[in-house]
Amino acid sequence: MSLHERSAPRRLMGVSAAAACIALVAAACGNNPSTSSPSGTPGSAGSGTPTSGPTGSAGSSTGTYGFPTVAQDPTAKITVWVDADRSAIAEAFQKDHPECPLSIETYDASAGGSDTFHTKISLLDQAGSGWPDVAWSGQVNDASWAAHEQNGVQAFAAPLDQGVVPQSWLDGYTPGALDPVTVDGHVYGARDNLAPVVLWYNKTLFDKFGYTVPTTWEEYQALGDKVAAEHPGYILGSIGDPFTAVLTDMWAAQAPIYTVDGTTFTSDFSDNHTTRMIALLDHMFANKTLTIDGLFTPDWVSKWKGKVLAIPGPTWFTGALFQNKDNLGGQPGEWGAGHALHWAGEPIGTGNVGGGFWYGSSHSANLACVGTYLQYVTSGPQSVKLITGLPAYASTASAWLDAQTSSGFWANSDTFKDVVDEAANNIWKGWGATLPFSAEPPWAEIVNPALASGKTIASQVSAWQQRMVNDAQVNGFTVVTK
Amino acid sequence: MPTAAPTKKRQWAPLRLRRRPRTGANAQAFAAYVFSSGYVLLLLVFGVLPMVYALYLSFTKSGQFVGLDNYVKAVGDFRFLPAVQHVAAFLVIWVVTLTVLATLLALIVHAMRVRWLSSTARFLFFIPGAFAGAASVMLWLFLLNPSVSPVSFVLKWFGYTNFVQAIDLNNLPLIFTVIAFWTGAGAWIIIMYAALHNISNEIMEAARCDGASAIKTAWYIQLPLIRKWIAYMVVISVAVGTQLFAEPKILAQASRNQIPKHYSLNQLAYVTAFGPQADFNSSAAISMMLLVVAAGLAAFFVFRGGLFDRD
Repeated sequence: MSLHERSAPRRLMGVSAAAACIALVAAACGNNPSTSSPSGTPGSAGSGTPTSGPTGSAGSSTGTYGFPTVAQDPTAKITVWVDADRSAIAEAFQKDHPECPLSIETYDASAGGSDTFHTKISLLDQAGSGWPDVAWSGQVNDASWAAHEQNGVQAFAAPLDQGVVPQSWLDGYTPGALDPVTVDGHVYGARDNLAPVVLWYNKTLFDKFGYTVPTTWEEYQALGDKVAAEHPGYILGSIGDPFTAVLTDMWAAQAPIYTVDGTTFTSDFSDNHTTRMIALLDHMFANKTLTIDGLFTPDWVSKWKGKVLAIPGPTWFTGALFQNKDNLGGQPGEWGAGHALHWAGEPIGTGNVGGGFWYGSSHSANLACVGTYLQYVTSGPQSVKLITGLPAYASTASAWLDAQTSSGFWANSDTFKDVVDEAANNIWKGWGATLPFSAEPPWAEIVNPALASGKTIASQVSAWQQRMVNDAQVNGFTVVTK
Repeated sequence: MPTAAPTKKRQWAPLRLRRRPRTGANAQAFAAYVFSSGYVLLLLVFGVLPMVYALYLSFTKSGQFVGLDNYVKAVGDFRFLPAVQHVAAFLVIWVVTLTVLATLLALIVHAMRVRWLSSTARFLFFIPGAFAGAASVMLWLFLLNPSVSPVSFVLKWFGYTNFVQAIDLNNLPLIFTVIAFWTGAGAWIIIMYAALHNISNEIMEAARCDGASAIKTAWYIQLPLIRKWIAYMVVISVAVGTQLFAEPKILAQASRNQIPKHYSLNQLAYVTAFGPQADFNSSAAISMMLLVVAAGLAAFFVFRGGLFDRD
């Protein structure tokens, strides 16, 4: 009768019905290999299908891949979960690798804390069957649960470095790219893209105003003072989204507010990296060179299109902001990538905003094809064209950057590749990117509303820190605060 | 003992006519069983069975009986108390507003003498109810955002110049009430209207002859006679309100997590099971507590409202 009456139970029904459907559908696919394997194994060996990877241990349940597996069948259909953006590369694989029958299922795997990936796997863990063979996730920290046994069920993510893919192939990743999925020395996921933070600048405006592009946070703040005085109404960034304020600014300032060592969570708001960045943000918000409007809100476009002088942000801003007519848009030669900002006298240690991963399932009956798939989507012939953002695999990244440089869109075609490459190789490792809880909600729930009502960031520090501490405690971490 | 005799007579009458009415009654009872069996079956499979499973989960951990451990853990969670407060605040505001306004509007519509006015009013009340819950929240996302809202001037009266301020945590119980009232109250007004219509004309006429004003008639005649309906409305609304979920969840996503993902108890149960903790047992404990409280409130209103009394 009322909206709740309708929505709440229906939602629950929807969830359980969806779960039941997935379980049924996936079980139908998943059952094929296990039912066919007793009779199919000798046949498949005789058919002589050439398969890559260490297969042939069909029927055995441990060893080959470094973890207990179900009976392997190199002809079994593999199910992959992708989001809408990733379906193109899955379809390309289907065409290029007919020896691996593929079933593509689209699901909501977006970042931003939807947690759908975890939700679905938890339900399948409860059901004890129906897992996909490969799953895409737009989040960075899924290894925090996927690489661990959960409620007594074997970890969903298969360790890849013991036979699923060759170690020599894993070595081709950009250094540090696999850190978020490396647990106890083993690699649990194949990274699709990186999102290092650089300083995007509008060359047309910089030339017009006669400014030079800052390279340090100090210069950035000084430029803010100049802009506020000489060209009020122009901005140098936004702190309206937690991913700009926290993952871009706090992380790139190397502020140790969200760090992890084993099972100890440390949040240090007294470190001068933290205090300097908070002071900088408060200062620039006060002189209006930073805005509180989020980058994907109606206000952002209506107020700031053509008014953004520079903005620190990840590499995916290329497509999301500058080449997107519905956002800032931009003419060829207008926007350029400047060096990641750093504190004067200190090395670059920049932030990272996202970058998805592919996970192979430890429950898969066809790990050979899973391995082939993971390599194809991240480093195969179509990957340069189909990966959105900066690819994480080094050779793919290099080809992608070459394509960007030669596109003629960027104002600094001569240095674009070096700038992005430099940032990709210098992401600050101190940030707790593998923590199971996000650094973003505390900003969104506490600091952002405070800013909206005229308070400063500095005044919210204790509430902000407490919120992270609470999260850490609920998740079983020992907490250290400074 | 003037009443004793008729009672006796009435008892005798069915005895004499036993055969024929019983066949009819049997057929009727059979039809009743057939009609209700579908519902009962679904209730067992999707309602009672999961409830029993949740009860089992809430007292165990990895299959071992652990007493109240899961409950202690759930209550000790820093997100628990705020979630209780959020739901309680919403529940109080929503149930009181709904009861008072829906009944009042029904009385007014019922009192309207002009026929087309009355039916137009009922139609208008009912329209928003055609929106599905989630869709109406999407609509409200626009209405509540001062930079795109067609009624942004209203928001500005309250001093809200941006979305972040408009959906401040303290405003939410009221916002959810407005949304819920807007989509749900129409249907209740129609039901209350029907209940008022059910009151026999003679009683109303008698009241009019005695010179009772509209207010007196409403207070002394109409309200007592539709008491059961009001109780029914409260019971359903309480049950529904405690399950607050879709609205804050959508608002959380739309507000880029300004609204916590664990705003309501139902959401907290969801996050506990499917968030990083993956703790189905504590989640079940939260659900059981929610169930007990909602059932307790429902029982209170059922008995106070005389919902099961026979006329």
